[in-house]
Amino acid sequence: MTENVYIVGAGIHPFGRTEERSGREQGVFAVRQALADAGLDWTDMECAYGGSAAAGNADIMVNELGLTSLPFTNVANGCATGGSALVAAQQAIASGMYDLALAVGFDKHPRGAFNAKPADYGLPEWYGKTGMMLTTQFFALKIQRYMQLYGISRETLGRVAEKAFRNGTVTPHAWRRSEIDLETIMNAPMINDPLTKYMFCAPAEGGVALILASEKKARELGALGNKGSVKIANIAVRTRPPDSFEVFQPGVSVKEGGKPTVLASRAAFEGAGIGPDDIDVAQLQDTESGAEIMHMAENGFCKDGEQEEWLANGWSESSGKLPINTDGGCLACGEPVGASGLRQVYENVEQLRGRAGERQVPGADGTGPKTGYSHVYGAPGLSAVAILER
Amino acid sequence: MGHKIDPELWSDEAQPHLMGGKLPNGKVVFPMPQGDAAKDVEPYKLARQGTLWSWTTQGFLPKEPYEGPGSAPGEGPPDFQSFLLGYIELPGEVIVESRIVDAVLEDLKLNMPMEFCIVPFNATHDTFAFRPITQSKEQAA
Repeated sequence: MTENVYIVGAGIHPFGRTEERSGREQGVFAVRQALADAGLDWTDMECAYGGSAAAGNADIMVNELGLTSLPFTNVANGCATGGSALVAAQQAIASGMYDLALAVGFDKHPRGAFNAKPADYGLPEWYGKTGMMLTTQFFALKIQRYMQLYGISRETLGRVAEKAFRNGTVTPHAWRRSEIDLETIMNAPMINDPLTKYMFCAPAEGGVALILASEKKARELGALGNKGSVKIANIAVRTRPPDSFEVFQPGVSVKEGGKPTVLASRAAFEGAGIGPDDIDVAQLQDTESGAEIMHMAENGFCKDGEQEEWLANGWSESSGKLPINTDGGCLACGEPVGASGLRQVYENVEQLRGRAGERQVPGADGTGPKTGYSHVYGAPGLSAVAILER
Repeated sequence: MGHKIDPELWSDEAQPHLMGGKLPNGKVVFPMPQGDAAKDVEPYKLARQGTLWSWTTQGFLPKEPYEGPGSAPGEGPPDFQSFLLGYIELPGEVIVESRIVDAVLEDLKLNMPMEFCIVPFNATHDTFAFRPITQSKEQAA
């Protein structure tokens, strides 16, 4: 049995740095905003799923939200924490067991690059000691090879970051709100060649909450028919297949393997019964500029190498044929791991409901986008894709 | 010579080899698995020569558990020495992640020949690396 599932409420705590609030308090802020958006009270919620990577358990939120005895499941799935919470909430309703479910993600990271412990990833200590266990290196190594094989220029990497900061200027929840010109981006200190300081996102803080409802409940709330809800057309999560190349790999197979993003993308498109050409707006994992470029192809929106033309022609700008990362993505919002994947879905919900304000994209026929695509990728090689429609 | 950063990481001989593992199905992996995962995996001496698969620079001081220059008590970013790293494809075996030495960024090209070597890492330990094979060395080899 699979029931249709709708998102009827969306809330966000602005990303960036908020000294006076803990990560969980930012999550609570987002939940309250989502409840108000849906016209619901906390006492209406039937179940909840959520988590963070570095800011504690989500279920403690009931202290602030109310002790309603609802089942609240903590999710700890690294970069896919938000995506996994969304999947769990979606399944709770699709199964017919519940009519209302909450998915929430939040985080608060210290400044600077993430530091991972080798043992947590089943890796030997020397890998960390010698300075090779850094996520930033993986992204640089992946895009460096990709640039050589498919003729992507350094300028194209710079254009992705330039677009992100431009989109951030019109996004109230973004962290970076000012434009940075291409020359400054290109000439900034090199972090891991070919990626400069402005081509990387930074760990940050923030919270996002989404309220999911059955069709019956969405109708009761008067939210159907483009009156405040969007439908989840499909969600797919995939971990890495054999012989793939992922973050934190001292050894890679000489045989070219599959990619979790390609698998998740295909499954989501197949489940939704549509293809990449049918998508009106997309949020793709942009941990750094190169990731957005490679993920454009891995998600099926262009062929390898065509990104050069896309960026030069502005096709992924908010005014282009497929707006990508309309809220500035991770580059402008920063990456609070537990919240980041849900931020992408939040942005698509706002775009599809026509509530994205200054950053609203027009859609294919000028009446706003009808379909939204979001994609999150993270260690140790997993991807989650969500396709929304109205 | 300092201590090995890991006693099992490369073989102890005049021409040392990086140690991988050979799975029962013939597939070669790096590093050699540990614990229960090592069952039925045969230690395997990896080739000393390969080709450059990808590369990058490390331009900032990594946080813990990094133990290289800049990480000791009283040291900091000014003591850090940036380094090159990349993946080396050992034909028919596996692609290994490694430091790259005896080169500058501009020298590095896709598929260029590379060879295994042992280099000092910090005050007490050595680690492994790969370096470009120069024309003369290539002919001698």
